[in-house]
Amino acid sequence: MAGLWIAIGGFCGAVSRYVLSTWATRRFPSSIPLGTLFVNLSGSFLLGVITGMGLSGTWAGMLFGTGFLGAYTTFSTFKVENVKLILAGRRKSLLVYLGLSYGAGLGLAWTGFILGALLVN
Amino acid sequence: MGANLGRREWTLTCAAVGVAGAAGALARYYLGYGIAMAAGGHSYPGTLAVNLIGCFMLGWLTAWGMNRSLLPFWLMTAAGTGLIGSFTTFSTFSVESIQLLADRQWGTAAIYFLSSLWGGLAAAWAGYRLGNLRSNRRDREDS
Repeated sequence: MAGLWIAIGGFCGAVSRYVLSTWATRRFPSSIPLGTLFVNLSGSFLLGVITGMGLSGTWAGMLFGTGFLGAYTTFSTFKVENVKLILAGRRKSLLVYLGLSYGAGLGLAWTGFILGALLVN
Repeated sequence: MGANLGRREWTLTCAAVGVAGAAGALARYYLGYGIAMAAGGHSYPGTLAVNLIGCFMLGWLTAWGMNRSLLPFWLMTAAGTGLIGSFTTFSTFSVESIQLLADRQWGTAAIYFLSSLWGGLAAAWAGYRLGNLRSNRRDREDS
């Protein structure tokens, strides 16, 4: 049953990421890939909430966490974009992109975790 | 490329990204779970492994696809954005990192964070170089 929840979540998560990042790239052209940045930051926050609520391992955790948010966020695209920025010689953009992704990603996951824990108590 | 798709091609691409995304999420779960079990039950070695494998594969696919367009756009997008994009994950990485910090496992958290940061970059770079190498060689053979 876990597989079904993950597949449904993965389908929706991947499509959401594709549509959102295509739209963001067109709407806000920038040397920093804002589409990937947005999905990774919002996804980190939401997975923090789900984990803080103690949903890991339940059907909801499989559907929304492992399936949807796992597929909605992406590590490989983020790293390939880093390589492209290095090859283009955009060191400043690279540092801002890395700092925002990791700094805000971990900070938002932490905030979400605390919020999620507060929600169920 | 993707900005000017017709309505039919856009729908087809979205559907293909979704199906590939479901497959990528399933592969991440089962492979990550298997590695986590083999590594003593902690989830982060599984996440690290799938993220590094995915970085290498997407690096390779990106370089390979930039040099030649043998495959239609929807299929390249399904493979890269859908399959590999969903196979890897940033949210799980973020949450696992803060959980290690919350458990005061400073050393493990630092190793996990740094191997994702630098290992991911190295894997994507290696894949990218390999993809370029292959296509350069084929271009020379073609000409």
